[in-house]
Amino acid sequence: MEGQSVEELLAKAERDEAEKLQRITVHKELELEFDLGNLLASDRNPPTGLRRAGATPEAELQALARDNTQLLINQLWQLPTERVEEALVARLPEPTTRLPREKPVPRPRPLTRWQQFARLKGIRPKKKTNLVWDEVSGQWRRRWGYQRARDDTKEWLIEVPGGADPLEDQFAKRIQAKKERVAKNELNRLRNLARAHKMQVPSAAGLHPTGHQSKEELGRAMQVAKVSTASVGRFQERLPKEKTPRGSGKKRKFQPLFGDFAAEKKSQLELLRVMNSKKPQLDVTRATNKQMREEDQEEAAKRRKMSQKSKRKGGRQGPGGKRKGAPPSQGGKRNRALGGRMNSGPPPLGGKRKGGQHRGGKRRK
Amino acid sequence: MRPLTEEETRVMFEKIAKYIGENLQLLVDRPDGTYCFRLHNDRVYYVSEKILKLAANISGDKLVSLGTCFGKFTKTHKFRLHVTALDYLAPYAKYKVWIKPGAEQSFLYGNHVLKSGLGRITENTCQYQGVVVYSMADVPLSRTFL
Repeated sequence: MEGQSVEELLAKAERDEAEKLQRITVHKELELEFDLGNLLASDRNPPTGLRRAGATPEAELQALARDNTQLLINQLWQLPTERVEEALVARLPEPTTRLPREKPVPRPRPLTRWQQFARLKGIRPKKKTNLVWDEVSGQWRRRWGYQRARDDTKEWLIEVPGGADPLEDQFAKRIQAKKERVAKNELNRLRNLARAHKMQVPSAAGLHPTGHQSKEELGRAMQVAKVSTASVGRFQERLPKEKTPRGSGKKRKFQPLFGDFAAEKKSQLELLRVMNSKKPQLDVTRATNKQMREEDQEEAAKRRKMSQKSKRKGGRQGPGGKRKGAPPSQGGKRNRALGGRMNSGPPPLGGKRKGGQHRGGKRRK
Repeated sequence: MRPLTEEETRVMFEKIAKYIGENLQLLVDRPDGTYCFRLHNDRVYYVSEKILKLAANISGDKLVSLGTCFGKFTKTHKFRLHVTALDYLAPYAKYKVWIKPGAEQSFLYGNHVLKSGLGRITENTCQYQGVVVYSMADVPLSRTFL
């Protein structure tokens, strides 16, 4: 009995071995084409098995996929391996298939201002040497860049030029000029970039680094600067003879002259209908303002009550609730001013606040 | 020249509705053609679409008038109805007042109409109602408040 079971086991083991081998080796009429760099295997065999399967080819497809993947893995096992941080890794060769472009071809970017000018004038770039002989340091130095040959900001002695102010700092002047050149360069680079991408370049307060700007640009920059205060320009003084700028508000947009006549008629009839209906229409802004005002008043009353309660902590409890005339109006108003709006809900829906609540600012008694 | 904004239309309709009430929609929506209101130099003109298209060919500073002038907007954006609108208000008027021939001249020269000068009046006219004044020959003379 045991012998039989042992034999059975051995036979089973042999059968499993055979199956495994069979699984590993796959027979194909045409060899597959492998591109191991992309982990790609192309099967050129005609799909007769699939055609025979008919309506439900799932099993056939799965078998096909398994076979092809087995062949690919066999190829991978033949690659040279190496050990990377305790993992056995196969080194893939270079991919041979050329994949198509993912994104469209980039369009040629527009020429910069200098390039346009050079093209117009026919200026070609002169070939220059990278290194220049520097007398002062006695060595070959770069033409431009770090430790360049002729860096005028690095001179240790500068003679004061004939017509200049003797107290002027020439070193600082040179450094300042360099900074301006760098800034101007950067601005031009950004402008070229913006032109290439058709974007707007944000300018530092509308001012050009070199200071050469047209009157209109300066005027605009000045207007913007005037309004860029916390009070939105309300307390900015004007120069003695400066006039108020006209037309700095938003331009109103009207409907076109020959708009859609039918639509115009419809909107007018709608307006008439609203006007003629006896029910008063809900004015959303007024309703929300009223609601908010009521909420503020409730909060203020509550706060007043709490402060009063804390004031007379020892003494008698008056007939709580409403006390007419007892809290002075000034105290009440001050409390409201201090309290303010601690928990402001969603912002008010447009419109002016009618009958007012002043938000801070001056309280008129 | 431009169409009226919502606000301006509302103000104008409110004024006109005092005299003709809901018949105003007959002015807006006419069966015999598309008529519209256009604003030119603060004056409101009631003009047919055909005339409007012709008037668009004239430059704004040279254009004096088009269609019928209904009235104008004042500097503080109030609407003042002009007598030229009478031809359109009269047929749709809700409350009418006829005055006797004797009082007619006096009224036309700006004086008040006494009760004795009143010929006919539509019934149920309340106090301070906007009315259109007719002569006894059914010629619309003016509009006024009672």
